[in-house]
Amino acid sequence: MSTQAPVAPVPVEGAATATTFEPVIIGFTCNWCSYRAADLAGTARTKYPPNVRLIRLMCSGRLDPTFVLKAFAEGADAVMVSGCHPGECHYIEQNYKALRRFRLLQRTIEALGIEPERLQLVWASAAEGVRLAGEIARVTEEVRALGPLDWPAGDIVDVDGVNLDAAWEATGGDESGPPEVPGGANPDHAVEALQ
Amino acid sequence: MSGNGHQPAEGEIRIGVYVCHCGSNIAGTVDVPEVARWAAEELKDQGVVIARDYRFMCSSPGQELVTDDIVNLGLNRIVVAACSPHLHENTFRTATARGGLNPYLCELVSIREQDSWVHTDKAAATAKAKAILAGGVERVRRNTPLEPITVDINPATLVVGGGIAGIQATLEIADAGFPVYLVEKDASIGGHMAQFDKTFPTLDCAACILTPRMVSAGTHPNVTLLTWSEVTHVDGFVGNFTATIRKKARYVDESLCTGCGICQEKCPKNVIDEVYEAGLGYRKAIYTPFDQAVPRIPVIDRENCTYFEKGTCKACEKFCEKDAIRFDQQDEEITIKVGNIILATGYDIFDARQIAQYGYGRLPNVFTSLEFERLSNSAGPTNGRVVLRDGVTEPKTVGIIHCVGSRDRNFNNYCSAICCMQSLKFAHLVKEHTGATVYDFYIDMRTAAKGYDEFYQRVLEEGTLFVRGKPAEVTEAGRLPGEEGKLIVQVEDTLTGRQRRIPVDMVVLSVGLQPRADAKEMAVRFGISCSFDGWAIEKHPKLDPVATMTEGVFIAGCVSGPKDIPASVSQGAAAAARVLGRIQQKQMNLEPIKATIDAESCSGCRICNALCPYNAITFDSAKAVSSINAAMCQGCGTCVAACPADAITGTGFTDEQVLAQIEGLLRVGADGEPLKRSSYPVAHHETIEEAVRA
Repeated sequence: MSTQAPVAPVPVEGAATATTFEPVIIGFTCNWCSYRAADLAGTARTKYPPNVRLIRLMCSGRLDPTFVLKAFAEGADAVMVSGCHPGECHYIEQNYKALRRFRLLQRTIEALGIEPERLQLVWASAAEGVRLAGEIARVTEEVRALGPLDWPAGDIVDVDGVNLDAAWEATGGDESGPPEVPGGANPDHAVEALQ
Repeated sequence: MSGNGHQPAEGEIRIGVYVCHCGSNIAGTVDVPEVARWAAEELKDQGVVIARDYRFMCSSPGQELVTDDIVNLGLNRIVVAACSPHLHENTFRTATARGGLNPYLCELVSIREQDSWVHTDKAAATAKAKAILAGGVERVRRNTPLEPITVDINPATLVVGGGIAGIQATLEIADAGFPVYLVEKDASIGGHMAQFDKTFPTLDCAACILTPRMVSAGTHPNVTLLTWSEVTHVDGFVGNFTATIRKKARYVDESLCTGCGICQEKCPKNVIDEVYEAGLGYRKAIYTPFDQAVPRIPVIDRENCTYFEKGTCKACEKFCEKDAIRFDQQDEEITIKVGNIILATGYDIFDARQIAQYGYGRLPNVFTSLEFERLSNSAGPTNGRVVLRDGVTEPKTVGIIHCVGSRDRNFNNYCSAICCMQSLKFAHLVKEHTGATVYDFYIDMRTAAKGYDEFYQRVLEEGTLFVRGKPAEVTEAGRLPGEEGKLIVQVEDTLTGRQRRIPVDMVVLSVGLQPRADAKEMAVRFGISCSFDGWAIEKHPKLDPVATMTEGVFIAGCVSGPKDIPASVSQGAAAAARVLGRIQQKQMNLEPIKATIDAESCSGCRICNALCPYNAITFDSAKAVSSINAAMCQGCGTCVAACPADAITGTGFTDEQVLAQIEGLLRVGADGEPLKRSSYPVAHHETIEEAVRA
């Protein structure tokens, strides 16, 4: 009996999962390419982490920036935007518009104190189930490393790195809220006004 | 509604939830009864009045659960959690409609393709299924009844490309009694098939089987043949396309020309024919591509015509008895209205010069497959004599190399499908014409169609020597006895594991097929998708291979990938059948997924105008508002997302529906427990929406 190999310790249920953070990721897919890629990954039984939950839009061009902010606000740790490859859009060129919005959104969330890596863009054609699954696994790993979305992570910083909260507080932190910003959304004007 | 049914109060939302086991496909990974139980309890406040699980929701009894519950329980929203909407959305919408509800009040959410089939951890998959189901429930609350849009179908059809696939499609539709416009960019229809000598595996003479079809298409009362023409612009939508066609100047009056051919005889200018004769033969500056051309009306090649070059000559005009030559003819634009379009634009061949080590273009006796077709063709430049580039010497040994540019990571990954059979045909023809020794270098022999493998056996028995291996090089640098003056094929024979140097007189490169050089521009012009290579993408590669994802635009033949003649003909006929079905119905229903602009809210900023690739949005300068043509709108929703005034609504995918679905999807965390919402002060979505809109 003494020759019996030592039994590996049985992992305690929950103990391991308590140390592993399981993020929740919202993925926006287009009806023609990336949603079909997800279908294909399913048909081919290609495995990927269960952390992503997909929403079907007709086109990545339908992605309203509000959708992404809404997902973060509702508790998503990351958002994945996916569509047809550039040049292969079912609607000819609308994924380029999604790309433009994506770039703008990444800067916006950064200004809101969210790491830009929490918003990811993945192109996948209808034939690329394996690729989509791989990208989901990659995004999941990256977000797992980032940890839970700790929003707010800090003060509101505008795209030029000016700390708007600090600037506001420098004005005396008026209880009635931020001062009216003349000149609208132009951050230069905003900063001038705050100074 | 039956008397014992529950009548929902005004504004009350009553949702039925149905979770499918799909045998063990879903239930093997997802705890289906638990998901249904959870929905009944936790989503009660969302309006779920019944949540059932069933073994196969798509079966008749499964569908009856839905229809019966609508009647008996007064449901007014349905959520089915089962497979992908691309598979069964229509099934459950139809079942919903049978229960008396508008079909668009039903949502199908995928817990199979996106959950049970791709995950292994049952707890995590069950949690995800709950989230997906909650997303569907939140979304369906915001669904509104939609009515399909009905459009009339114009009975005329545009066929683009006059190769064998396009000709077949044209004849099928014309024979059924409907008008067809057949547009061909070259001077004659016939396509690549007209260049071939024999067709595998039957060795039918290509011209003998093709030309009767060409003549039928050219003379059919229902066919308007537009050769030397190109489609430059397409507007409209299924049933109602408007196509602009540029008829290039032929410099010949088509209404007068009889096709007698005297102009070609008298034209003093010989030009190397790079297209039809693959650079091996000559044509005149005024020419028809080949003798059996349809139509028989020649064109003047402006680049090479002496009159256009120097201002003198006019030999053709002098000898033309009908006075049909028109040197002042201009390109002409014509506009046609059609209901459906079939694209049969074919392929280009791989440029063998790209593989420098095979020496094509450098070593004279290396030929491409298309050149060999012309050499072996009795109507070709050598009258069917297989000879070396000097035009007289018959080869004693010939090497045929498969997979040139195909199955090659440096060029095209795909198999060009026709080259094995083409190579075997060449092996047979070389034997027949010259009696030479033939070496056939192949990677794998792919002869999978009716009669193909029998043909392979026949060529084996004829004594062709097969070497399994992809040649590394073709060189004229002989260094062993018997190699001088020869082309040496350096190859690893993978069956014996030995390097071999095989001296031959002639090498034929079986070049692959690739998408037309302008394939991507064409895809944009017709609003279809194509792969990264440039092959058109089918609506479904198996179940709908001749349709595209654009309603009313069909594809046939090699436009969607390499095919042999039988497959191209089948696709031509199949595309025609699809079009005829549409024409017979006279009308068709379109998905009501469209954008609409609320004129009251529209500020007239015109941001949306430039975003629409279909030009569906027009600006009314009198009222200073934009509006959308519903029939032209393809429903992508880009304008909906861009409108700063929130004046555009995208039916089927409204902001309310998507935002609600996000909320539902985030109802539970990865562990299935309620998810913590962000504590950020603007986390209430009303505030964010307002913030974004501001």
